[in-house]
Amino acid sequence: MRDMAGLAEGAPLFVQIAERLADEIADGGLVEGEQVPSTNELAAYYRINPATAAKGIAMLTDDGLLEKRRGIGMFVAAGARARLLAERRKRFAERYVEPLVAEASRLGIDADELIALIREGSTKL
Amino acid sequence: MTPAISVTGLTRHYRGQLALDDVTLDLEPESITGLLGRNGAGKTTLLRILAGHEFASAGTVTLLGASPVENETVLRQMVFVREDQSYPDLKVRRVVQVASWFYPNWSHELADELLEEFDLPLNRKVRKLSRGMRSALGIVIGLAARAEVTLFDEPYAGLDPASRQVFYDRLLADYAEHPRTVLLSTHLIDEAAGLFERVVVIDRGRIVFNTAADDLRGAATSVSGPAIAVAEFTAGRPVWNRRRIASQESAVVAGALNETDRARAAALHLRLEPLTLQEVVVQVAGAPAASQQERTSA
Repeated sequence: MRDMAGLAEGAPLFVQIAERLADEIADGGLVEGEQVPSTNELAAYYRINPATAAKGIAMLTDDGLLEKRRGIGMFVAAGARARLLAERRKRFAERYVEPLVAEASRLGIDADELIALIREGSTKL
Repeated sequence: MTPAISVTGLTRHYRGQLALDDVTLDLEPESITGLLGRNGAGKTTLLRILAGHEFASAGTVTLLGASPVENETVLRQMVFVREDQSYPDLKVRRVVQVASWFYPNWSHELADELLEEFDLPLNRKVRKLSRGMRSALGIVIGLAARAEVTLFDEPYAGLDPASRQVFYDRLLADYAEHPRTVLLSTHLIDEAAGLFERVVVIDRGRIVFNTAADDLRGAATSVSGPAIAVAEFTAGRPVWNRRRIASQESAVVAGALNETDRARAAALHLRLEPLTLQEVVVQVAGAPAASQQERTSA
């Protein structure tokens, strides 16, 4: 497989491009008002078709996370990071807690034991 | 927008053998399309007819709105690079020079860069080049021509992986600056998949898929785990393929899975792995005739 900077071949590439950019915005790697890489820059970095990169950008534009400044390029919209973080909090239980509880019950770990493990884990961070 | 390539009802026989069977296809200008399928599926025949190297038994073909057959205006805007392309036995330098006279959009700068990157010996006669070097020469011409319609048929016989990487990167970079219509047939789907905006999959002379490349990624999922659980999960779903060992089973389920499906798979302790574009193509166009029939009726 070709090195596509970690993109997976089992899911639409344009969705993964959108997710990568959203991650960067959520992590503060791209700040509000900052210009995002151009379609051609993304295409060269990920080694993908420019139209695919453009589709990923369009997805974030449609969500209002990016905005176009005519003749200059695409920029991170105001409030984008807060909105992404709010969405992620909403999905936290479904993405992390549910699988955690499911695996714990498979292993016979009860809720109290799980809570204790989480406490122990969080002191190490 | 007028399609750059338009094919309607294209059929081609060879002495009773049907190489292309009623193929209809439009490709938009400024796109890179992968032409995929097994050996003998009809990829080369289609490309040769598009290039005007071969005639259709029935149907019509237009490139940039006109027939390519003996049409110099069209042919100067079209470049066709074949697997194991043969050239007149001239020096490399001379072959490139002759090509540059033919193509109106020719880039000397790009040609020089590519010749250097592929490390081609300019003063060597084509006959004395290795197979990989001849392929590289074809790629130099195919890219430097900057032809509005650019056709590549498995253009990298004998090319090592590093040189193929040069080809993919240079194609993307030059395409970004000078968009054109590219149709590339390949068996190395995993390697080339990222290049494609669209893919056309041919099987036994017929088009089975003509779709956005991203639509095929994850279009089927491999489900594996205890056979009983796999049987429960796959009941009522189209299954393309099953393999079994002892109490374990692996099945390929067509169609995207939703959150409910995933939760159910997790509850059944099943592993889910979405199929890559290459794996999906192998599933839809890689099966021998018998199991293909079985799949269609499933």
